[in-house]
Amino acid sequence: MKWKNLIKVAFKSIVKNKLRTLLTMLGIIIGVGAVIVMVAIGKGAEQRIQNQISSMGTNLIMVFPGSSQQRGVHMGSDQGVRLTLDDVEWLKKNSTLLEAISPVVRSGVQVIGGSGNWNSSVYGVSEGYLAIRDWKLSSGDFFTANDIRAQSKICVIGQTLVKNLFANEDPVGQQLRLRNVPFRVIGVLKERGQSAFGQDQDDVIIAPYSTVYYRLSGQPHIHQILARAASLNQMEQAQAEITSIMRESHKLAEGEDADFTVRNQTDIASTAQETTRVLTILLASIASISLLVGGIGIMNIMLVSVTERTHEIGIRMAVGARSRDILVQFLIEAIVLSLSGGLIGVMIGFGATYIVHLATDWNTVIALENVLLSFGFAGAVGVFFGYYPARKAAALNPIEALRYE
Amino acid sequence: MNSKEAVIRTEGVTKIYDSGEVQVEALKGINLAINTGEMVAIMGASGSGKSTMLNIFGCLDYPSSGDYFLDGIHVNDLDRDQLADIRNRKIGFVFQGFNLLARTTAFENVELPLLYTRNVPNQDIGLLTSQALERVGLTDRAHHYPNQLSGGQQQRVAIARALVNQPAIILADEPTGNLDTRTSIEIMATFQELNCQGITIILVTHEHDLADYCRRVIEFRDGLIIRDQALSQPHDAAKDLETGQWKTFAGQGVPS
Ligand SMILES: Nc1ncnc2c1ncn2[C@@H]1O[C@H](COP(=O)(O)OP(=O)(O)OP(=O)(O)O)[C@@H](O)[C@H]1O
Ligand SMILES: [Mg+2]
Repeated sequence: MKWKNLIKVAFKSIVKNKLRTLLTMLGIIIGVGAVIVMVAIGKGAEQRIQNQISSMGTNLIMVFPGSSQQRGVHMGSDQGVRLTLDDVEWLKKNSTLLEAISPVVRSGVQVIGGSGNWNSSVYGVSEGYLAIRDWKLSSGDFFTANDIRAQSKICVIGQTLVKNLFANEDPVGQQLRLRNVPFRVIGVLKERGQSAFGQDQDDVIIAPYSTVYYRLSGQPHIHQILARAASLNQMEQAQAEITSIMRESHKLAEGEDADFTVRNQTDIASTAQETTRVLTILLASIASISLLVGGIGIMNIMLVSVTERTHEIGIRMAVGARSRDILVQFLIEAIVLSLSGGLIGVMIGFGATYIVHLATDWNTVIALENVLLSFGFAGAVGVFFGYYPARKAAALNPIEALRYE
Repeated sequence: MNSKEAVIRTEGVTKIYDSGEVQVEALKGINLAINTGEMVAIMGASGSGKSTMLNIFGCLDYPSSGDYFLDGIHVNDLDRDQLADIRNRKIGFVFQGFNLLARTTAFENVELPLLYTRNVPNQDIGLLTSQALERVGLTDRAHHYPNQLSGGQQQRVAIARALVNQPAIILADEPTGNLDTRTSIEIMATFQELNCQGITIILVTHEHDLADYCRRVIEFRDGLIIRDQALSQPHDAAKDLETGQWKTFAGQGVPS
């Protein structure tokens, strides 16, 4: 039989049984739709974290207190270990591969000023901080090395503070009281939005670390050291350099576990990426199971259909259909069913993804390759689960099939 | 119908149905030759092997032993696909239960064999289908579904399907078994007309009155031929319909 006729015959029988067709396709529709929505959510999270991490600044190296291995096991000895301003001085003095170094002293504060008050965090950093993080100002200036030396009471604020305290006026030049210490606003940061983890990145106050350290924090240590490697190619060497300088500064013996952790952006990126990729794979495999169940549905209905249409098959064989003609007819029916189910599933997947996006404000990404993949998978499911019933139909004995009522 | 070469020839054909424990010998050695252009009635009691014989003639089944030649082809040697092709091109079937595809129009039913014929141009399919419907007088019913047609009309759709591929033989297994007497004779008239056009017709019937429309009557009993008789004066179904002759047949079928 010619292909055109085979396809025509398959289509006719699909159209003739609308309800059965719909029920058969339902599994595939839901399966493909679910795969698309799930992968879109997973990919969206991946992309968001990716953007987030790359917005942390280029060539960024971070130093945290505490060992990276066995974190939490050596509680007793780790607890006392801190990063200090001495470490920063050591790094500044001895490093050759670092372009900028900044301590980070963080403190939660109540802010009074402008039109009211607000609870926020103040970050004490050095003058190189903006360059390290790759952040930009929308207005005003950043502080200088002199301001740090002088422990100037000046600060730069994020957009959330602008919105909440200075809705109607230019904040630059205004006074803020941080824990009752008066600070002058000298600049405003550009809007940065939410982080991948849902934090408001605009709810920050940035001030000279010396001022925060000596006047606000009241703690004898710093939280983090950030540095910027001179070049991206020397990230590893720069990290190694930091490690050895820090070991020296902390007077660690050879072989002793480090009481600090050096990380670069790629480390963090790959960890985060791995996490989200696992999430995506998990979501996709859950959704694939429904696609598989859809395939079994197709097989089920096709088997019933072969039995139900035994007499029809007998008639076709009596008038000259070869076994292969019957096989191909049923196979095409299965493939047409699963592909049209797949197509509807893709459309529903797009719609559902959009609704999820609207309802939750999650970032979603529909990649063409995933759409094609799930569509192709639907087709493969049709072939795979349609083959057995089709072969059963083709193997029927014409006389017995004709006699079957 | 003038040529005298045998379109069907069997030599010692037997058929044994083996369903595990019981073996049924449905045909016990059939030697038979049917020539092109004949119109043959096969008669016999129920279970005598008529349908079994017809299935072998129609290449739906293989004989258990013996040789069967169709148009000189030794059918025993052919595989399933070759049998399918022979059924498609040389044979038309008409069954007691019509065997039309439900929810499929008369036209699409008649067209069916052509869809399985290699090398029929698609534009010819429509033409050949219309011609076949015209030959059985159903042009105006082409787009009706089987359940919108009377039994006689359904059987004529089946006949149109049987002849759409211009077969050498039409095999009919009790084609009038579900029809009343008048309709049965109408069907016989159609067969006679086709036979006049050169198609060999072999039909199974239980009714002597219908066998009288054939030129030759073969009777089976217990898997053997017990009578093979040529009728010198077959009835003319068209004339009987015209004259109302058929009404005198006693107790046959259901009056219309
Ligand atoms: N598929 C089969 N399996 C087993 N036995 C069968 C099968 N088909 C037919 N038979 C047996 O073969 C014998 C001949 O059957 P067949 O159908 O040829 O009879 P028939 O002459 O057509 O009868 P009827 O007039 O009732 O149609 C019967 O005894 C029947 O029971
Ligand atoms: Mg029979």
